[in-house]
Amino acid sequence: MTAISPASHQAARATSIVAAEARARARLRRRHALVIGLRLAILIVFLALWELGADHGVIDPFFFSSPSGIWEQIWSWVTEGTSQGPLWLQIYVTLEETFLGFAIGAVGGIAAGIILGRNKLLADVFSIYIKIANSVPRVVLGSVFIIALGLGMASKVALAVVMVFFVVFANAFQGVREADRAMIANAQILGASPYQITTTVIIPSAMSWILASLHVSFGFALVGAVVGEFLGAKQGMGLLISTAQGAFNANGVFAAMIILAVMALVVEFIITRFENYVVKWRPAPFNEQGT
Amino acid sequence: MQLQTMAAEKLSPAAAPADAAIAIDDVTLRFVTPDGHMMTAIRDFTMTVARGEFACVVGPTGCGKSTTLNLVTGLLRPTTGNVRVMGNPVTEISRDIGFVFQADALFPWRSVIDNVAAGPLYRGTPKAQAYDRARDWIARVGLARFEKHYPHQLSGGMRKRVALAQTFINQPKILLMDEPFSALDMQTRTAMQDELLGLWSELKSSVVFVTHDLEEAVALADKVYVLTAGPGTVKSVYRIDLPRPRVMADIRYDPKFIEIAKVIWNDLREEVQLGQSRGLQTGH
Ligand SMILES: Nc1ncnc2c1ncn2[C@@H]1O[C@H](COP(=O)(O)OP(=O)(O)OP(=O)(O)O)[C@@H](O)[C@H]1O
Ligand SMILES: [Mg+2]
Repeated sequence: MTAISPASHQAARATSIVAAEARARARLRRRHALVIGLRLAILIVFLALWELGADHGVIDPFFFSSPSGIWEQIWSWVTEGTSQGPLWLQIYVTLEETFLGFAIGAVGGIAAGIILGRNKLLADVFSIYIKIANSVPRVVLGSVFIIALGLGMASKVALAVVMVFFVVFANAFQGVREADRAMIANAQILGASPYQITTTVIIPSAMSWILASLHVSFGFALVGAVVGEFLGAKQGMGLLISTAQGAFNANGVFAAMIILAVMALVVEFIITRFENYVVKWRPAPFNEQGT
Repeated sequence: MQLQTMAAEKLSPAAAPADAAIAIDDVTLRFVTPDGHMMTAIRDFTMTVARGEFACVVGPTGCGKSTTLNLVTGLLRPTTGNVRVMGNPVTEISRDIGFVFQADALFPWRSVIDNVAAGPLYRGTPKAQAYDRARDWIARVGLARFEKHYPHQLSGGMRKRVALAQTFINQPKILLMDEPFSALDMQTRTAMQDELLGLWSELKSSVVFVTHDLEEAVALADKVYVLTAGPGTVKSVYRIDLPRPRVMADIRYDPKFIEIAKVIWNDLREEVQLGQSRGLQTGH
């Protein structure tokens, strides 16, 4: 029997741990690269098939456009401007309507959700009206707003607001209702006033619900603004789409769609950043991995 | 019989002295169940805790132990009878009370130090002072290195310590604890019990400690209340005359302790069996 001196044993173990860590890191990096590579490959194959199909008459580019056609359209909008003026102005107008509608709808929804969530009587009284209002197809309201508020920005903002409000309201309300009883009782006994309970217990615990709804509802705000422009406007991405549609310009419709998708993705990214910052106390999921 | 006069004296319920810390006087509490019926949680309940006294409450599950504590905080109101704290009827949540909850009630979005400082901050203590005191209490429960951690980054035992610090920082004259250690392993629990007795003898507060665990009750208490299966009422009260200071790791092997536990267990066993058979019948 030979005794292994503990010191050398430990040193060996330490180096093997370091090596294992390095291997694990390398494996993670490889996997990350693989995921990105596969994603790119799928995109390239998809675009190539589309382009080839359009070239060989399998897909009619008159209806379904083609990647090169879309790119040319975007490029001409960027360099020569659209029929309604420069492209950036259209994007700016639509974004402005979206953001205004999103902000007003979200703040209103959060406030209403918290007030009704905290007050049983108000909740019981108003729940029926909110159900009714929520069941009205909201896009129809677009026409009402255009008649009432005109072709300018106000009607689009109003439509975006109603699109956002109900989603955020429902989540904020639910979040407030789900706030843990024991936690509220704890705060009460520690000495919190009702106002302190709302700000330090109710709102933080409803926060993950609210943030989840903000993700979805930004998309809704964009839909509201674009549909509003569709129904009648002087500027904006929605008008660009409806003009292209009127001219049977499939390239234009697809190009505008892609620009809108990019806008939505960028904002989604910003919201995710904000969310991670606000709820940094949340435990990371066990399978957390770089995506 | 001889033993009862020796260490576990069975007390007869007497009228509460005027200066008692907690006096629950002939209280009945009924809940309105979701289907509109009345359900009696506790009935004809009388309990007195003197200032500086450590009272434990044992009883089968669902017999109304948590309900009793909530009566003392004022979160629940009695249907009949009255509850007095420090001689005054309970009208609102008293600032003298501290409560360690059965469930985890820390704020998950606050770090350890923010959790512990919550009480003083709610009560209007200046920020710097509140955090100084919080740091002090965190050190006393042995978590100085974990001030900046969030609750989910701590073990169950550490979270319980944070809960203790969060409660003790308000220096409550009345301390209510609802099965605070039932989720902990044996070693941690013993350590926490010692810690609790240390803190209690320092603050000289009056304690009501609810537990499922009879041995824990006998080891900690001056007085043990045995409740009947629900609707709960006091079945018997025992005075525990084991000498203090007590050391939790050793007291379990003390022959006197074992005798007392046996006597009270005989009393409690019937109720536990009754509670269980009822629970089975109603399908809980
Ligand atoms: N808000 C409520 N509404 C209706 N019934 C309730 C309510 N809270 C408690 N009860 C009922 O009152 C009884 C006593 O509950 P309590 O929580 O006090 O039991 P417990 O003794 O603390 O039980 P455990 O040891 O399991 O914690 C139970 O039967 C329970 O169903
Ligand atoms: Mg309980």
